[in-house]
Amino acid sequence: MGRKVRPIHTNTSDGDIMSDTTDSGPMLAADGTPLKRSLSRALRRQKMRALMLVAPLLIFVLISFIFPIGSMLFRSVENDIVADTLPLTVVELQKWDAESGELPDEALYAAFASDMVKAIAAKEHTKLGTRLNYEQTGLSSLFRKSGRKMKKLDPAEDAPFKEKIIKIDKKWGDVETWRAIKTHSVRITNGYFLNAVDMRRTPEGAQAQPEDKQILITLFQRTLLMSLMITGSCILLGYPVAWILANLPARTANVLMILVLLPFWTSLLVRTSAWKVMLQQQGVINEVLVWLGMVADDSRLALINNQTGTIIAMTHILLPFMILPMYSVMQTIKPHYVRAAKSMGATDWTAFWRVYFPQSVPGIGAGSILVFILAIGYYITPEIVGGTKGVFISNRIAYHISSSLNWGLAAALGTILLAVVLILYWAYDKIVGIDNVKLG
Amino acid sequence: MPDGSTSDAFVAFERVQKSYDGENLVVKDLNLSLPKGEFLTMLGPSGSGKTTCLMMLAGFETATHGEILLDGRPINNIPPHKRGIGMVFQNYALFPHMTVAENLSFPLEVRKMGKSEREEKVKRALDMVQMGAFGGRRPAQLSGGQQQRIALARALVFEPELVLMDEPLGALDKQLREHMQFEITRLAHELGITTVYVTHDQTEALTMSDRVAVFDDGRIQQLDPPDTLYEEPQNSFVAQFIGENNTLEGVVQEISGDKCLIRLDDGELIDAKPINVSQVGERTRVSIRPERVEFNKERLQEGAHTLKAEVLEFIYMGDIFRTRLRVAGNDEFVVKTRNAPDQVRLKPGEQIEIGWLPEDCRALDA
Repeated sequence: MGRKVRPIHTNTSDGDIMSDTTDSGPMLAADGTPLKRSLSRALRRQKMRALMLVAPLLIFVLISFIFPIGSMLFRSVENDIVADTLPLTVVELQKWDAESGELPDEALYAAFASDMVKAIAAKEHTKLGTRLNYEQTGLSSLFRKSGRKMKKLDPAEDAPFKEKIIKIDKKWGDVETWRAIKTHSVRITNGYFLNAVDMRRTPEGAQAQPEDKQILITLFQRTLLMSLMITGSCILLGYPVAWILANLPARTANVLMILVLLPFWTSLLVRTSAWKVMLQQQGVINEVLVWLGMVADDSRLALINNQTGTIIAMTHILLPFMILPMYSVMQTIKPHYVRAAKSMGATDWTAFWRVYFPQSVPGIGAGSILVFILAIGYYITPEIVGGTKGVFISNRIAYHISSSLNWGLAAALGTILLAVVLILYWAYDKIVGIDNVKLG
Repeated sequence: MPDGSTSDAFVAFERVQKSYDGENLVVKDLNLSLPKGEFLTMLGPSGSGKTTCLMMLAGFETATHGEILLDGRPINNIPPHKRGIGMVFQNYALFPHMTVAENLSFPLEVRKMGKSEREEKVKRALDMVQMGAFGGRRPAQLSGGQQQRIALARALVFEPELVLMDEPLGALDKQLREHMQFEITRLAHELGITTVYVTHDQTEALTMSDRVAVFDDGRIQQLDPPDTLYEEPQNSFVAQFIGENNTLEGVVQEISGDKCLIRLDDGELIDAKPINVSQVGERTRVSIRPERVEFNKERLQEGAHTLKAEVLEFIYMGDIFRTRLRVAGNDEFVVKTRNAPDQVRLKPGEQIEIGWLPEDCRALDA
């Protein structure tokens, strides 16, 4: 710059003090108190009032969101049930060498009988059976059946117990049963997390699940891959729409905006069911294609109950979340940028790619984060149109919550999903920069 | 510079019309030509069609009718990016995601220029606007005046022969604006480029241009060098729009050659120079510049008509005095006098007589 920047002259004595950099020690207010303290005192009332205003929401979020998430995180490692139901047995199991291949001694059976009688009285033994059944099938019925007979035992009188208990069910004479109980007797377990990644906790350490039980890793991969594909197709379909909306006169844009927002006004369930009507083998799309002769009647396209169905339906449902942030970012890109580029000799394409597109990236970023995070945890749509090949990890979580009642595994899966989202968010921040996200 | 033959013109508009809605013409029958190296300003109130003309020349708007020629070639069908015209926009339009150097390099890159040549030209352009040290900055890190310089450098870096400027100084404060006016004219003349400059600021137009085209209602009202424009306005609009102006209304009483006698509406007679009145009995509006009004009788011509005036207000403005008078029923009649040692300072309520040279009083359309 040709002209020199003039130093700013202040006339007040405060100004002179502030510009004096050699002066050390804290800045003082007029009455001699440190400036920082008088400032924070002056701002305290303001801060308190602001806090009061946000307090209702803060408390609501704390109770309905932070607390449940915390409890979910805890539930994914919590395993008190074995140690609480069979306290004496667990102590005895610690003394037993599981590697020896020999059955535990009489002391353990005595402790077990005593624990079981109490547990049966409190009806806790079936819950324990259910819990252990996640790890080794058959244990649930073992506990239930044995419960009826062991009820009659008297811990004080009926010793020795070893043979009596083995007589009740010969599985109690199987080393594997005791090994399973010992393995899962710890109060904080990594068992659920191992299960969540198709492994299991065994006396020999973490091992892979049998092949017929390995589905969760595949589901995670599928969820991530399909969420990416859905995000990608939302970008491809949404970008031109957002561009047109942003470049139309405000009146027309507002009318078209209603069309974009229309899906929000119908129930998600209705929209997804409509896709079922559209996509099925005897559905609208297939009928039209057959009628046009583009598809033979005996080779109708399988568009539903598979991944294709999930991707089509979810792209449609999540599209507004992509268009809205893109639109509001594009609205801020003034047309004179592209004009300037053209006046400098850039072709339409160069002007778009070098000047317009880079400025619209924050909108793509915001839309992508929104769509991807929504997609990764989506449940209803994959459930209805996904069949078996098109379901997401969230459907599995729902299954464990409501059908198999394995809440620990559901919590572990949920925690992993949360971690994946956070990691991806972090990666996005590293690569694109979170400052580059604009919702408008 | 006479307007008319377009054969040696660098830029020419020939009977150009423009309509946006098919009902109203924004530009009505525009004819304009400018030779190479000229600095032409399009001046006018907003909505007068000046920016539309600039956009048609740049290629962002198409003419509804007529031909625009650049260096003898019609350019109506040439897209903007092939016209090779440099342009400075109102809000600079610097690309926010590129550094200053990348901004300047952009027009060279799209021309497929080599890297070393590009760097050299960018450096030279930055030095030209005294911004050599700012190549690595982003536009948002610069002040308004600095952004303005960069926008200017970017429009000039690919050495266009024609540069268009659309109110480039509108966003700057007064001092900086005056400084940049000088810078821009200096650069334009040094580099010998032809410039078309759009503004609604008449001071800017007068100080910068070789010629000024005054636009109103989609037409050029007058096209002349600044001094002619100010001293010899061809119609009431130009007289009102350029500079300060006193108006009196009346009827032509006598007309002979370059002199006429006007009877004002309150019955008094004055001398005037007929500009666009031709018949006795025609209504007219006479225009006198405030600094050409004389109230010292000794300086007036023998036998000149004078008018009675009452002083309403005296304003001391430093270098000049601004005195408001009531003349022939007009309360807004202003006289400007230089603050000289012997100058009279009039007092409100004083009754004086004023007069002027007949050639300074122009009888224009009513």
